[in-house]
Amino acid sequence: MPYGPHTPDDRARMRAALGIASIDELFEDIPLAVRAPGLDLPGPLTELELSFRLRALAGRNRIDLASFLGAGVYRHYVPAAVDQIASRGEFYTAYTPYQPEISQGTLQTIYEYQSMLAELTALDAVSASHYDGATATAEAALMCLRATGRARILVSAGVHPEYLATTRTYLDGSRFALETVPLRADGTTDLAALERLLADASAPVAGVLVAQPNVFGILEPMAEATRLAHAAGALLVAVVEPVSLAVLAPPGAYGADIAAGEGQPLGLPLGYGGPYLGILAATSALMRQLPGRLVGRTTDADGRRAFVMTLRAREQDIRRERAASNICTNQALCALAATVYLATIGPHGLRDAAALGAARARELERALAAAGAPRVHAGPYLNEFAVHVSDAPRVHAALLERGILAGLPLATWFPDDPVLRDALLVCATEVTQTAEIEAFAAALRDVRTEVVA
Amino acid sequence: MSEHIDVVAPGDAPGAPFGAADALCPAVGAALQPTLDELSRPGRRTARVPHPPAGALDGIPAEQLRSLPPALPEVAEPDAVRHFVNLSHLNYAVDTGFYPLGSCTMKWNPKINEWAARLAGFADLHPLAPDALAQGTLELLWDLERWLCEVSGMRAVTLQPAAGAQGELTGILMVRAWHRSRGDSARSEIIVPDSSHGTNPATASMAGYRTITVKSDARGGVDLDALRAVLGPRTAAIMLTNPSTLGLFEDQVCEIVDAVHAAGGLAYMDGANMNAVLGKFRPGDAGFDVMHFNVHKTFSTPHGGGGPGAGPVAVGEKLLPFLPSPRVLREQDGSFRLERPGERPTSIGRVRSHVGSTGVLVRAYAYLLAHGAAGLEEVSEDAVLAANYLRHRLRGTYEIPYDRVCKHEFVASASNLKRETGVRTLDVAKRLIDHGHHPPTIYFPLIVEEALLIEPTETESLETLDDFAGALEAIAAEAHEDPEALHSAPHSAPVRRLDEATAARQPDLHWRPMTGAQMPCLD
Amino acid sequence: MDVRDGLLYTDEHEWLRVEGDTGTMGITAYAADELGDVVFVELPAIGRALQRAETLGVVESVKAVSDLFAPADGEVIEVNEALVGKPELLNSDPYGEGWIARVRLANPAAAAEGLKDAAAYRALIGA
Repeated sequence: MPYGPHTPDDRARMRAALGIASIDELFEDIPLAVRAPGLDLPGPLTELELSFRLRALAGRNRIDLASFLGAGVYRHYVPAAVDQIASRGEFYTAYTPYQPEISQGTLQTIYEYQSMLAELTALDAVSASHYDGATATAEAALMCLRATGRARILVSAGVHPEYLATTRTYLDGSRFALETVPLRADGTTDLAALERLLADASAPVAGVLVAQPNVFGILEPMAEATRLAHAAGALLVAVVEPVSLAVLAPPGAYGADIAAGEGQPLGLPLGYGGPYLGILAATSALMRQLPGRLVGRTTDADGRRAFVMTLRAREQDIRRERAASNICTNQALCALAATVYLATIGPHGLRDAAALGAARARELERALAAAGAPRVHAGPYLNEFAVHVSDAPRVHAALLERGILAGLPLATWFPDDPVLRDALLVCATEVTQTAEIEAFAAALRDVRTEVVA
Repeated sequence: MSEHIDVVAPGDAPGAPFGAADALCPAVGAALQPTLDELSRPGRRTARVPHPPAGALDGIPAEQLRSLPPALPEVAEPDAVRHFVNLSHLNYAVDTGFYPLGSCTMKWNPKINEWAARLAGFADLHPLAPDALAQGTLELLWDLERWLCEVSGMRAVTLQPAAGAQGELTGILMVRAWHRSRGDSARSEIIVPDSSHGTNPATASMAGYRTITVKSDARGGVDLDALRAVLGPRTAAIMLTNPSTLGLFEDQVCEIVDAVHAAGGLAYMDGANMNAVLGKFRPGDAGFDVMHFNVHKTFSTPHGGGGPGAGPVAVGEKLLPFLPSPRVLREQDGSFRLERPGERPTSIGRVRSHVGSTGVLVRAYAYLLAHGAAGLEEVSEDAVLAANYLRHRLRGTYEIPYDRVCKHEFVASASNLKRETGVRTLDVAKRLIDHGHHPPTIYFPLIVEEALLIEPTETESLETLDDFAGALEAIAAEAHEDPEALHSAPHSAPVRRLDEATAARQPDLHWRPMTGAQMPCLD
Repeated sequence: MDVRDGLLYTDEHEWLRVEGDTGTMGITAYAADELGDVVFVELPAIGRALQRAETLGVVESVKAVSDLFAPADGEVIEVNEALVGKPELLNSDPYGEGWIARVRLANPAAAAEGLKDAAAYRALIGA
């Protein structure tokens, strides 16, 4: 075993203490009929061999293209300090801080995470973290159902399709109904349709889920959607992107009851799907409905300020079948990375990152329009938008060969939509370079000419 | 900070004699830290990214914009870095000391795995990148799925679930899909033993099932008669942790699985404790239909102060069609791709975004490959040997309620100390901190009074095990001589016991005053 | 352990004081001690009809959670709103300021049936 300390003599001493001759005696409680004869696996590899193997696999991924791909997961500049702190063994090899006397490091950083996310969302109660944006959204829907005692959820068609799919999985069963609210041609949620769906008194709505920006990058009329939801006695869940909250109105300001979102843009790598960071925040009125861990400030026996996990009796290890959620393991280390990111980029840096991404996105819009790919939706956007390109999946594939990752062909998610199947969803952030935008537009011109020809 | 802070006196180095009432905890620093908010001074700027050009946000309606910038801390890099480094010193961690936390498997986290997960090829790959750009990661995930099939004796694996608890939910949703696919809608109950993790009944509730609890027998296993009495046409599944949370192998496992199958239910194995039986027992061979792994336990991905983990789920033949999407597929030409949305209509759907927590899975892959089959078997053998060794050493000082061969962990109880001296398990745990060790899991499983669940793992030396046993023996002696020193422990940590009641009665969850937005009017 | 004469007790460690057709209920000092520091009480809605042994609320302490059960049939007519801000009243004065709910009893004459008197409850908890 590569990491164990025991010498043959150590093992012999332990066996002698136990009075056994062979280690097999400790496994005799496994019935013979099901005792495994051993495993058929590759390895073992020495650390050197392992490093070759892993480097070879990593090298087979292509990360060298000019990327305009976002769709819920975004490239941002991450201050070098973030990974140095997150690499400290004192943080990443600690367990959940159940013994607060020797866990103040983790506890205080979670409190600081909660504080900074409370500031970004303008909501009071922030969960110590969920798995990702999709599961945080699903948990937000469940919170609405519990808090209102109602059984129907409305989800805007502008919510990320993977979040919608996850929420469907979580709500599956005969108990709850989930319906989608269509978008208008400009890419915003159809408020008239929302109002009609809310008006069905026979099936009162527990919560309305609207994304800001939505999955097509469009900014939604959140204040009006919130007003409609509240008028019908429903809660409003804002599905948010955290870097955008440096410049966009925060959920608490327009009266949202819950904010859910993907925290990956706060200093986490793309990492082909995770580990990410589920953001979940709520008004103080809904604090007790929040699933997962919370850290609070208190004092010790000598009156010193200290931090501790609190409202523990809501959680599965105490409440068992009556717990709000089964969540146990969360994403504490990812929340730590987000905390260090926010502390080291600062409020002005975060605002600059968001606004510079918006500026680059406008450059991208002009360049693509000039190359024959106009925007699909007319609604306002921040740093991501869909453009119309005939035969988009083929164009996307041809651009890959020219070193351009041209966002996401929306046919991936909406193969049957006559507009979206001929569209690319593209984004820019502060790391997008003007030269890359020019290269994208030039390559698009070439490819369109070829595809047409 | 104006509060009094204990400082480490020079000369009180690790290795000082144990037992002295003011022995200092060698593994944790002492200086409490101000919050970032308190360090902040308006005007402290950083230069991380360029300023945007004027008019960057033109075209966005004013009402969509934030009227006030977020009041985040303004801290210079030296102050921010010192803040976090100094906070890290207040943490106990596997990298700083022995962490015998039962049911949590705080084994060594190999450093090569951290290096691997950070390789740019893995870390900078977008999850929606076309398959052609992701062949390295897809091959890794494909291989890992095959290896977990081999370890579990199952047919197929999904790597999507983000944690063990989410793996449980995934498994139970597949169980429901299977019953539904047979037109059986009457099955509304999930059976869990009374020793189970809280996640099992919480999972059952989340999936809309009623939890039926069966008691353990005197040997710590499932009481078969009690099980048979609750099995019936409403039984959807049993969730069985094996080895159990008492650290005992359920030697009636075949009878239990057969009885549940005979009643028309399915058998779910909570694989939280697979680290004890690698290469010794494969759930698929015993007839289990579905199980999850906790890779942050069995395959040593770091716990991160609470997460992230990953909870791959393995299934047998019956549940194959219902696996979450997307699966990783291998094409005829040997290339790999992700299943497309809607490609497999029988799937229960997604349980989270993207393919899974790939960064965690890279570490698990590296762990498996570094060990190979023989190494994994040795992992379990050494973990079981260490646990039995400690059980043997502590017998006589503490009560051992189920004093038979254990697997990777065992339960001790301080009931004898409580009876004789008034010292409780909580006091013993806190006093262990003064001896430089992390306490074991306490008051779990719930069915044992004054429980101490001790899991030494396979990566702790014999010297460490002896030192820990010596500390527990010294504390037991101290309980008789000076119980007050234990009631008020720890004495050497940066803070003493906390006022958890006030924390819960008047929650203070962030550094600004609560604004208290009101709930909308509900009927 | 404090057990008050003149009250009725359930096996779930709740007390009931019957005055005319009104019953006032709370948890016993023994229950409060077992739970430890109470941090939250979930109260029933006023007007709710209760059946004996039905769950009417929840008490949470720092590390435990416990259901409250209706000690008798009836309708909730008043709840102790002071517990919302000061749940610790359950620890400091369980038979007085820490009362939980008042119920209009469906059958006051039969309220004592199936409940224990102080002596029997003392025997139950070994006080």
